[in-house]
Amino acid sequence: MQLHSVRRSEGKHLEEGVKQHTSVLKITMASLYLPALGRMAVCGGTHGNELSGVYLVQEMERQRKEKGDGVWPIPVTTVQSNPRAVKECRRYIDTDMNRCFTTDMLSSPVTDSSPYEVQHAQELNNLLGLKGSADAIDMICDLHNTTSNMGLTLIHYTTSDWATMHICKYLQTKITKVPVRVLVMDVPISDAYSLESVSKHGFSIEVGPQPHGVVRADIYLIMKEAVDMTIDWIHKFNSGTVFEGGDMEAFKFIKSIDYPRDPETQTLSAAIHPQLQDRDFCLLKRGDPLFLSFSGETVKYEEGESLHPFFINECAYYEKGIAFHLAKKLTLTIPTVQVKKD
Amino acid sequence: MSSRANISCLQEAKRVAIFGGTHGNEISGIMLVNMWIQNAAEIERNRLVTKPFISNPRAVEKCTRYINTDLNRAFTPENLSAPDVQGLPYEVQRAKEINQMFGPKGSSDAYDVIFDLHNTTSNMGSTLILESSTDLFNLQMVHYIKKAMAPHTCSVLLNEHPQLKYSTTRSVAKHPIGLEVGPQPQGVLRSNVFESMRTILKHALDFIELFNSGVEFPPCTVEVFRVQERMDYPRDTNGNITAMVHPHLQDCDWEPLNHGDPMFLTFNGRTILYEGASTVYPTFINEAAYYEKQQAFMTTCREILAANAIRKAFK
Repeated sequence: MQLHSVRRSEGKHLEEGVKQHTSVLKITMASLYLPALGRMAVCGGTHGNELSGVYLVQEMERQRKEKGDGVWPIPVTTVQSNPRAVKECRRYIDTDMNRCFTTDMLSSPVTDSSPYEVQHAQELNNLLGLKGSADAIDMICDLHNTTSNMGLTLIHYTTSDWATMHICKYLQTKITKVPVRVLVMDVPISDAYSLESVSKHGFSIEVGPQPHGVVRADIYLIMKEAVDMTIDWIHKFNSGTVFEGGDMEAFKFIKSIDYPRDPETQTLSAAIHPQLQDRDFCLLKRGDPLFLSFSGETVKYEEGESLHPFFINECAYYEKGIAFHLAKKLTLTIPTVQVKKD
Repeated sequence: MSSRANISCLQEAKRVAIFGGTHGNEISGIMLVNMWIQNAAEIERNRLVTKPFISNPRAVEKCTRYINTDLNRAFTPENLSAPDVQGLPYEVQRAKEINQMFGPKGSSDAYDVIFDLHNTTSNMGSTLILESSTDLFNLQMVHYIKKAMAPHTCSVLLNEHPQLKYSTTRSVAKHPIGLEVGPQPQGVLRSNVFESMRTILKHALDFIELFNSGVEFPPCTVEVFRVQERMDYPRDTNGNITAMVHPHLQDCDWEPLNHGDPMFLTFNGRTILYEGASTVYPTFINEAAYYEKQQAFMTTCREILAANAIRKAFK
């Protein structure tokens, strides 16, 4: 791949991996060649009360029955990940399944008395993996909802998977009804604990706000569009389309903050402040309100570094001791990509 | 003077209870009641006794709506008179205990007022729920609360429907009032919802204090929404829903729904219209707990109720 160093009309230097058209200069750049994404799975109901994914997978299965396997331009496997939890409309039966997919947990011995989700995670790994092997499925889109006002958030465990980053960039340009953000956890794949890490390029599609146990039409339609556009990108990519690189914005997880709690009983002594509620991905600066206590005091953000809160007031995180997470905003530079022809 | 003849003299309301956690995942009421159990200063008044109470502690502990059966449907005559045997569903047992402590329902020993605190995933704002159109005390109280909360809107839902009315926890008292504030997801505490509920209760207790001190409340009218019908989701032969509340109806609680308006959207994109003959006012639109009760929303009709002047009866 040839490297070109150029001066943009605004006076900034650009380096490798970028194709740029300007009114002054035209630089052609070689693409990064990546293998085709041959097989994809769409998983719903990983948390049994996050209903958009449950109903979207059901609808996709109905469409396949009605129109045959050619209903999508690429092979798509549909999976209801946690049918027992879906039946009871609960997040999980014994333990949160979306924390069961680390390499250690997938290889630990299980018996009939192991927690249901630990056993079932290993079954899903057999179906869609094995995680880390050449046989693992290329793509998993794991469908989730949140009570937080996060719009459409695409969650991946690394910044250097170019295919996944391109899909995210594509969704950001195609979906305009809600903000579309990219969140990276930045962990090694063996430590990644969620279902999509079983695949080579998987990511989570998280849409909110929606109460658990409810299906909202507007939220369902956003999730459907995200899945449709992902299938669309993969089909175009596999067919030879060149996807131009460039800069894109992403948020990297830094840490979590818990609610103020009563030291003896551990019950909440404050709620998310009204000025923070629903403002996921805003910029939190020192002195900004975080919590409003029941006795009327405001707890403020005291740290020097300005960060971006997300998963603000997610129902399922109360038991995990999380009021919200904090992220740093990054600019990622991704290369131009096209499919490697055999 | 003829106006004097139209004042209803009612018994003082000395014993008041505030119930939270009738549903264990409706968090505002649970947090308020726990706060007041620790420190009751805010709910104390001179002329009444206020008891904060967690109605379904096992469900609260598990942050679930109920353990065996919905407590807020359990106060039927059959359940309340059921013999004390092993194997009674938890909530039936609990209903009997609550009836002992705050009732017996229908007797002169029952508590005067019970406020039952609820949240909903529906966009109902602040809603006060009445079970009778002829309870003058309650009508005057909601009128007072609505005026005090203005410009913040309080809607009043009247469930007096012979089939759809249900046996609520609060029905043990002489004057039952439901407080329903949303939208709030189950298991979540939103500051604005918490504070709205807190303020409504403050005004309610102020009213009772004024009433007990002898203040006369002049005749008034109250706009209510009277429950008409329960509308279920379209379902397949297995009982699974085949459509969602339509985006045009979602979040439009209390707004008119007319013949021909969109009502549901199927998962494959087809719109189903409302076919009813007259305009209705839907509420409880897309409440999470009602999927299993076969209810997508309720229809109501608007009505103006008139209430006589009231004052405390002199002994």
